[in-house]
Amino acid sequence: MLSAAGSGGLTASIYNRMVVDMEATITMPDVTTERADDVFGALADATRRDILARTMGRELAVSELAACYPMSFAAVQKHVAVLERAGLVRKRADGRRRVVTTDMDGLRRAQVVLDHFESLWRGRVERMHGLIDEERSASAIAAPNRQEHV
Amino acid sequence: MSTIDITKDLENATLTVTSVFEASPERVWQLWSDPRQLERWWGPSPYPATVVDHDLRPGGRVSYYMTSPEGDKHHGYWRVLDVTPPHRLVLEDGFADEDGQPDADLPTNTTIVTVEAIDDTGTRMTIEGVYSTSEAFEQVLGMGVTEGIRIAVSQIDAVLADG
Repeated sequence: MLSAAGSGGLTASIYNRMVVDMEATITMPDVTTERADDVFGALADATRRDILARTMGRELAVSELAACYPMSFAAVQKHVAVLERAGLVRKRADGRRRVVTTDMDGLRRAQVVLDHFESLWRGRVERMHGLIDEERSASAIAAPNRQEHV
Repeated sequence: MSTIDITKDLENATLTVTSVFEASPERVWQLWSDPRQLERWWGPSPYPATVVDHDLRPGGRVSYYMTSPEGDKHHGYWRVLDVTPPHRLVLEDGFADEDGQPDADLPTNTTIVTVEAIDDTGTRMTIEGVYSTSEAFEQVLGMGVTEGIRIAVSQIDAVLADG
């Protein structure tokens, strides 16, 4: 699955080292990433996003979902299968119906990925503000202490 | 404290960061165009960045490395796709090997930076990161690098909060 981790061996190992350095002081949160690829592939389709929205917090039969879209039952079933494989929905038998509901944990896994980049950029923009604020303070010769923001 | 708005679009694997600076667009642009300033914000504090080459023209290359506390160097690069000083910069950001050459096997991100004056004293900077392939996410997460950076950033935030 992680094909590039092998072929990009050297760099990957450097970065692993970098993370090991960090881990020495801080425990990594449990992050499941196995299905990240499936998750974003599943979310890339408008019908599947709509299925997720409809089944959030409630159970709908595949047949009920199929009635919502101008496509065959089989096509909708296929979309549900993609979502299920990505861990974004759960399917179970309810008598003769097969009902579908959003798996909130699956959605959260996708969220975690973007959270990493959010933190990275938040730190960068904070440092940008730090640079500009520092310059403003330095230019305020009459007032050596940092002035309040206007 | 400065305000930083961040929007995450899960469906499109896109992150949008917006912040207003009390400075001119030209000054904000320097954060990107001056390699010495770039070095001061790009890398998280335990991994300071050193910019080796900095050619901010279309097709140009910026190469840099980040140095670990032990002195190990981690290389990266930007490929400049579009640039209109001081308002717009589009770049591809990726990993590089020890010679600074792009590593084609590792994921790249596309980053679109927009800098615009909102009034006489303020400038809005918008950074849109498109994490194009989900496979890229997986690889980076597999290496754990973003987690390492995330931890580093939260440490910085703690330091800033104390200050």
